Amino acid sequence: MTTALEVASAVRDPELPVLTLADLGVLREVSEQDGRVVVTITPTYSGCPAIDEMGADLRRSLVSAGYEDVEVRLSLSPAWTTDWISDEGRSKLAAAGIAPPSRIGPSVAGPVPLNLVPPSRQVACPQCGSLNTSEISRFGSTACKALRRCNACAEPFEHVKEI
Amino acid sequence: MSFDNAYESLLGGEDAHWAFGTGFSEALSGVDREFPAGVDREALAAYCLMLGDDALIYSQRLSEWCSRAPELEEDIALANIALDLLGQARMLLTRAGEVLGRDEDALAYLRDEREFRNVHLAEIDCGPGPGGDFATTIARLLVFSSWRLALFSRLRGSADPVLAAVAEKGLKELAYHRDHAAQWTVRLGDGTDESHRRMQAGLDRVWPFVDELFATHAVETALAGVAVDPASLRSEVDGVLEAVLSASGLTRPQDTRAARVAGMAGRDGVHTEAMGYLLAEMQHLHRSLPGAVW
Repeated sequence: MTTALEVASAVRDPELPVLTLADLGVLREVSEQDGRVVVTITPTYSGCPAIDEMGADLRRSLVSAGYEDVEVRLSLSPAWTTDWISDEGRSKLAAAGIAPPSRIGPSVAGPVPLNLVPPSRQVACPQCGSLNTSEISRFGSTACKALRRCNACAEPFEHVKEI
Repeated sequence: MSFDNAYESLLGGEDAHWAFGTGFSEALSGVDREFPAGVDREALAAYCLMLGDDALIYSQRLSEWCSRAPELEEDIALANIALDLLGQARMLLTRAGEVLGRDEDALAYLRDEREFRNVHLAEIDCGPGPGGDFATTIARLLVFSSWRLALFSRLRGSADPVLAAVAEKGLKELAYHRDHAAQWTVRLGDGTDESHRRMQAGLDRVWPFVDELFATHAVETALAGVAVDPASLRSEVDGVLEAVLSASGLTRPQDTRAARVAGMAGRDGVHTEAMGYLLAEMQHLHRSLPGAVW
């Protein structure tokens, strides 16, 4: 029998199915005691509509792997950050045509600085690799993605925005 | 599963094929929800309703732009912002409901107007209805998100672990909302004569509702260490708004205080005329079909 951690780690994200929940960094902890499995996940955004789907998928996979007693817990703190997306996850995103986020480091206390122009991030086009890309919209098809365009190959693409 | 009957294919089997949004579980399931010792729970519930209602009611307003925004990207942006706020509202109403013995749905759908604690800025019509347009909508987003971002930044240090966690989570979302509004304000204010005129008119429309955001309520005073005193946010928020307005070539409107009723406003459950219409639209389905799920 595979361990509960292995089963949970293989469950895919419902909105970015190229990634597992472990790649995405939302899978925080899996503990197993006396046949009881407790899985802790954290939402990407407060209103992420996929969080219930994630819980249901985890439960379904664990039950079909033979774990009867499964509890899914939600953790809000520390808050999810795109820095938790694994290196493997970043490669999988790029291979699927979605530009991975850059690393932003830990959040700091105090007032959040205002950006009057979009920050000029170096986002490489996942199709041709050019760094000559521009943001079309900060908000995309899901809460976690922005829309960009490559000025070299003219392809639009999605970018997992830094949070 | 048979596809002879369209409904059968939808209803049969497991729920994996359903779109997101079905069978929502409780917003705080599994979160550590111990109440810190010495905290007045009634006041904590009232405070969670204030911040939760701000997000819920404003989310409802933003959702009105769905399919009606000036361009597709903006349609998606406003809907995304509404979704972030709805998520914050669900967690806050659930927290309030733990004290009040009601769940988030009961609080959202079954309270009457006088029981809502949101500020007036969240409820007024800034478009797409007759009360405004896209520029007015951006003006409200700029003021609301600058204020809520400053508030959440300090709420991260709350003695209530749930409030602190909701704030930490929401902070980065609100930073995106504020930047989005600020960038649009510059674009419209520093654009054509017409866009400048409309952006200025939008600011003029929302400014009378600014003072209320910084008025300290008795509930906040009673929750020292848990709640944030909004009066303490004023200089930080003013500084942000000033930076955006000066980069946009816009004029800060004269501070005109919107009317209160016997000294009361949104935090006391006294609302503007727009609120009743908003609630009618938001609540009618749930009230007409009690227990309806989808």
